[in-house]
Amino acid sequence: MNAVKILTNGILKENPVFVLLLGMCPVLGTTTSAINGLAMGLATAFVLVCSNMVVSSMKNLIPDKVRIPAFIVIIASFVTLVQMLMEAYLPALYESLGLFIPLIVVNCIVLGRAEAFAAKNKLFPSFLDGLGMGMGFAFALTTLGVVREFLGTGKFFNIEIYSEQYASLIFVLAPGAFIALGYLIAIINKKQVS
Amino acid sequence: MAELESTFKNMFLSLVLICITFGAILAGVNELTKDPIALAKKTKLENAIRDVISDFDNDPVLEMYKKGIAPNDTIIIYPAKKGDNLIGAAVETQTMRGFSGEIRILTGLDNEGNILNYAVLHHAETPGLGDKMNPWFKTDKNNQNIIGKNLSQKTLKLSKDGGEIDAITAATITSRAFLDAVNKSSSAFFDKSTDADSGATSNDGTSGATSTDADSGATN
Repeated sequence: MNAVKILTNGILKENPVFVLLLGMCPVLGTTTSAINGLAMGLATAFVLVCSNMVVSSMKNLIPDKVRIPAFIVIIASFVTLVQMLMEAYLPALYESLGLFIPLIVVNCIVLGRAEAFAAKNKLFPSFLDGLGMGMGFAFALTTLGVVREFLGTGKFFNIEIYSEQYASLIFVLAPGAFIALGYLIAIINKKQVS
Repeated sequence: MAELESTFKNMFLSLVLICITFGAILAGVNELTKDPIALAKKTKLENAIRDVISDFDNDPVLEMYKKGIAPNDTIIIYPAKKGDNLIGAAVETQTMRGFSGEIRILTGLDNEGNILNYAVLHHAETPGLGDKMNPWFKTDKNNQNIIGKNLSQKTLKLSKDGGEIDAITAATITSRAFLDAVNKSSSAFFDKSTDADSGATSNDGTSGATSTDADSGATN
C-alpha cells in the first residue's frame, strides 16, 4: 500500500463512523453541535495518531500475550493528557464535552487501529493510518454535528441561518442523532455503490 | 511478530517499563497544567459572580463562607462589599429536583433581598427545553422575569402552583427546581446578616425601581 492509499483509506473507504460503524457512543452523544463534533473528532484523532505511533515504535518491546493491556495503558495515557490540556486551556469546550473525553479510551476505533494496523506496520505508515482514521472520524462527527445543529437549532457553527422557532428540536436530542446518522450512512453507501 | 518471547520475565518487565514511562509523562503534564486548570476554574467563578452582582471592590471568593441548611445541602455565600459596607452577596445554591439531577444556581442578592441577577453554574437538563432557564427567567415577557423580585419576605412560586412566575414552556419540573434553588439563596443569606432589616418590608413596593439597576447587568 502506498502512502496516499493508507491516508485516504480511513477518510473514505473505511471511514470509522460511516463504514465501519465503530465508536458509536461518542458519535451519537457529542454531536449536538458542529463545534462539539469537531472538537471531539480532533481529540480522538490526536489520540489515534499518538497511540498508533507509540504502539508501532514499541511493538518489538511488547510480548504478544500482554499486548492488549500495554496498548490500553498507552491509549489511556494520551487520553488523560488530552483531558488535562483541554481542561487547562479550553475550559468551555471541556465543559460541554465533559464525560466523553475520558471515554475515548474505550473507543474501539483507537484500540482497533493499534491492534489491526500499528502493531504490524512501521512507524510512518502507522502515523498515516492514525491520521487518516482520525480525520475520517473528525469529518464524520463534524458532518453529523452540522446536520443536527442546522436542523435542530437553525444554526451553522453558532451562526443563525433561520429562526429557531422553525427548527425541530428532536435533532438535538438522542432520537435525532440516530435518524441523522442513519440517513448519512444511507447517502454514503449509495455513493460508494454507484 | 513480536521479537520478545512471552515469558513471565519479559511480560513483567515490559508492562512495568510502559507503566513507569507513561506515569512519568502524565505526572509531568499534570504539574504543567495544574495552575492553568485552577486559574480557569477561578476565573469562571469570578466572572459568574461579576455577572450576578456588580459594583463590589472586595474579593468575594476569598471571603466566601458556607452554610448547611440540611444534610447534604450546603449553600455557599460570596459576600460583596464596597469599602467596608456589605452591598449584597452572590449565593450559590443547589437543588436535586431537576429533571435530570443536580442544578446549581448563583443568585445575586442585594441587602434588601432583591434579585439582581442569576447565573446557571451547572445543569444537565434537556437541551432545547429545560436548558432555556438561563435566558428565560431574565426575559421581560409576561410573568417570567424574576429579576428585581424581592425574596426577603416571600418565596417565588410558579403560576401553576399558585404563584406569579410563568414556567418554561414544556419544562415545568425544571422551572420548579430552578425556583427552589433561587428561594434557598435568600433564606441562607438573610438567616444572619440582615435579620433586623426584615422588619422594613416596604421594599416590596420599590422592587420595581431596583430592577433598572439589575437590568444594566442583566442584558443578555
